[in-house]
Amino acid sequence: MNLTLTEEQEMLRKTARDFLADKCSRKFVEQMEESETGYSRELWQEMAGLGWMGLAFPGKYGGGDMSFLDLGVLLEEMGRVCLPGPFFSTVVLGGLSILDVGSEQQRQEYLPGLIHGERISTLALIEPGYGNYDASSVTLEATRHDGSYTMSGSKLFVPDAHIADYLLCVTRTKPESGITIFLVDAKDPRISYTVLKTIAGDKLCEVVFDQMSVPEANILGGLNHGWDAVQKIIQRAAVGKCCQMVGNIQRVLEMTVDYAKERKQFDRPIGSFQVIQHYCADMATDVDTARFGTYQAAWMLSEGLPCTREVAVAKAWISEASQRVFTLAHQIHGAIGVTIEHDLHHYTRRAKAAELAFGDADFYRKMVANEMGL
Amino acid sequence: MDFSFSEEQNKFRQEVRAFLEEEIEKGYWEPACDAWVQGFDPAFTKRVADRGWIGLTWPKEYGGQGRSHIERLILTEEMLRYGAPAACHWFGDRQVGGTILSFGSEELKKEFLPRIVRGEAYFGLGMSEPGAGSDLASLQTRAVEDGDYYVINGQKTWTSCASFSEYFDVYARTDPEAVRHRGISEFIIDAHLPGVSRIPMVDITGTEAWNDVFFDNVRVHSKYLVGEKNRGFYQVLHQLDYERSGLERLMGNYPLFEAIVQFAKENRLSQEPAIRSKLAQLQIEFEVGRLLVYRVALVMEEGRAPNWESAMSKAYSTEFEKRLAGVAMEVLGPYGQLMSGSKFVPLRGMALHSYLGSKGYSLQAGTTEILKNILAVRRLGLPSS
Repeated sequence: MNLTLTEEQEMLRKTARDFLADKCSRKFVEQMEESETGYSRELWQEMAGLGWMGLAFPGKYGGGDMSFLDLGVLLEEMGRVCLPGPFFSTVVLGGLSILDVGSEQQRQEYLPGLIHGERISTLALIEPGYGNYDASSVTLEATRHDGSYTMSGSKLFVPDAHIADYLLCVTRTKPESGITIFLVDAKDPRISYTVLKTIAGDKLCEVVFDQMSVPEANILGGLNHGWDAVQKIIQRAAVGKCCQMVGNIQRVLEMTVDYAKERKQFDRPIGSFQVIQHYCADMATDVDTARFGTYQAAWMLSEGLPCTREVAVAKAWISEASQRVFTLAHQIHGAIGVTIEHDLHHYTRRAKAAELAFGDADFYRKMVANEMGL
Repeated sequence: MDFSFSEEQNKFRQEVRAFLEEEIEKGYWEPACDAWVQGFDPAFTKRVADRGWIGLTWPKEYGGQGRSHIERLILTEEMLRYGAPAACHWFGDRQVGGTILSFGSEELKKEFLPRIVRGEAYFGLGMSEPGAGSDLASLQTRAVEDGDYYVINGQKTWTSCASFSEYFDVYARTDPEAVRHRGISEFIIDAHLPGVSRIPMVDITGTEAWNDVFFDNVRVHSKYLVGEKNRGFYQVLHQLDYERSGLERLMGNYPLFEAIVQFAKENRLSQEPAIRSKLAQLQIEFEVGRLLVYRVALVMEEGRAPNWESAMSKAYSTEFEKRLAGVAMEVLGPYGQLMSGSKFVPLRGMALHSYLGSKGYSLQAGTTEILKNILAVRRLGLPSS
C-alpha cells in the first residue's frame, strides 16, 4: 500500500500546473464561457503537443502509454483551474470508449485524430425526461434500413456536441434489451445543436437527429450489446469527474485558508477564530477523504480491477463532501465570495455541474446498497 | 499509488482471521463492541503474545518483530472486525511501549518491552485530571525529587483499564516554577506501590470503564522517569499522536455494523429505501475513513509521528461511530431501547451500548475541538487562536 504519487506523476503534475497557470487565467476561463465554442483552438493544439490527449492511449495509436491514474493527475490539475474546453469529452468520454470497445479498424481510424488534437468527440447518452443513467432511459431508436440505421429524436446534456466531430450515440435497437452505440459524424446536416445555458457555462447541448442515417460499420461494440460498454463509460467518466472535483475543492480549500489568514476583523485575521479554524479543518477532512476515495477508484480502474463499489463510494462521497466544502468556503469568504469579482464562483458552479454528471450521491448510494447485498 | 496489500500482508491477514475465528469457534469469547478497551482477557492476550503479535513493529532486540505499521494495522483491523477482547495489551502495544522505545532509558526498555511483548505487563494512562482535560498542561499532580526517588501526589481520572492495569503511565509536575508545559515529566508507576488507589467510575453505558486513580505520597524510583525531566509535555503530545492513530476509532463498533446490516437483511428492512440509503451511506463513510487511517500508518512507516494526520482520522472516525450507533437505533425502532439482558433485546444490546458509549468517543484522546485546532494550525498554517 502506498498513497503517494510516483516521481513521474509528480513531474506530470508540476508540468501541468505550470503550463495551466500560464495559459488558463481567470480571464481566459471567463472568455471561454462567453464564447460560442467554449475553447481555444490554439491552446487545444498546445495541449496536444504536450501529449495530453494521448496520455492514456497505447503508443501504436500515437498515445503516451500512460495509465488512467496518470490521466487522473492531469484531470485534477485541470479541475484546479477550471480549464474550459472539450478535453474530458474527447478523451474520457470519446477516445477511451473507442479504445475500449472499438474494433481495431475503428481505433486506427478514429484515435490518432483525437490524440493529435485534430478531432473532437463526445458522448450522447442522456435523453429528455428524468431517467438517470439506466438502460431503460435510453429510448432513441435506431432502425435498420438497407444496411444502415436511421435515428430521429434528441439527446440532452451532451457536452461540446456543437464543436464535436464524432458523437458516440447510445441508442435503442431492440425494444426490451437492445442498446447499441453508434459512432456518428457530428457534422452531418441532419443533426442540429442548441447550446444550453448551464450553471457552469460548460457547453452542454441539446442534440436533435432528423432522419440521421448511420452505416452499420459505425456500430461501436456489439449490436444490442452496448449497455455493458455504456456502464463502463459511465464508471470511467464518474471517476474522471471525481478527479476534476478533487482539484477543484483542493484549490478552494487553499483559497479559503489564504483568505482566512489575510482577512482581518476585530483587528485580527479571521483565521485565528476557532469557529473559522474548525470550518477549515472540516473542509480539509472532506478534501482528503474525497482525494483518497477518488484515487482508490482511479487506481483500481487503472489496474483493470473490478471496482463498482469503489467507484460508487468515491462519487457518492465527493458529491456531498464537495457541497459541504462550498458551503463553508462561501461562509468564510463572506460577501466578496458571492460576487463575480471573486474567483470562487467559478469553482462553485463547476462543482455543482460535476456533482450532477454521471450519477450523484443518491445514484451511487443505491449502487453501494446493492453491492452490500441489501 | 497502490491501494492493494502485498501477498505477504494478505497472508498475514488470513492468519490473524483464522486465529480469531478459531477462538470464537472454541467459545473463548464473543465478539463485542469496545472490546479493544473494555474486553479484559489475560488468557487471550497471552495467546496473542505467543504468536508474536504484540509489539509487532518493535525492534527484535526488545522482543518485537520489526514488522511494518501496515501489518500492525492489518492485525488490529482484524481484532476490531471480530470484536476481540484485547484490552489487556492494547495500551502497552499502541502507545506506552512506543513511548518507552522513543524516550525511555535502555534500562526501561529492557525492563518493560519484553514483558509487554509477552503479554505480561498491562498499562493504564495517567493523563487527565479533574481540572485538566483539554488543557492538559494545567495538570496538578506533583512529583517531588527526594534522593533517588520521586514522591508523587495527586489524582488522575478517566483512566481506562485501571482495574486491570499493573502500571500507569503518569504525567506529573516536576517544576512548578516553570512555564506550565515546561515543568511536566513522565513516569512509569507500579500500580501496586503503597499509596496508589483506584475508584471505578460507572459510565453512561453502565460499564465500569474508567477509574479515578489516586497517588498519596507514592515513592517512585527515579529510574522510572521516562525521558528527560520536564520534557514530559512534549512526550505526551507525541504519545497522543499514536493514541489517536488507529482503526479502533473507526471500528470499535464494527460488530454492531455487521450485525445491523445482517439484521436489516433478515427482517427485510433493507427493502426500505430510507434504510438502504442510510446503511449504504455508513458503508461509504466507513470506506473513506479507513483510507484516512491507512494514511496514518503510512506516515508512521516513513518514521514520522502522525500528527495532524491522526488528528484528522480520529476526529472523522468518532463522528462515524456516532452515526453508526444512531442509524442502528433507528433501524431497530422501539427495540433499540432494550438493554442487554432484557426480554426481546436485539443484537445482544450492542446498539444501545454503542449509542450511549459513542458520546464519549469524541472526548477521549483529545476532543474533536482540540483535534480541529491541531488541523487548523499544523496542517493549514492558520494562526493560533
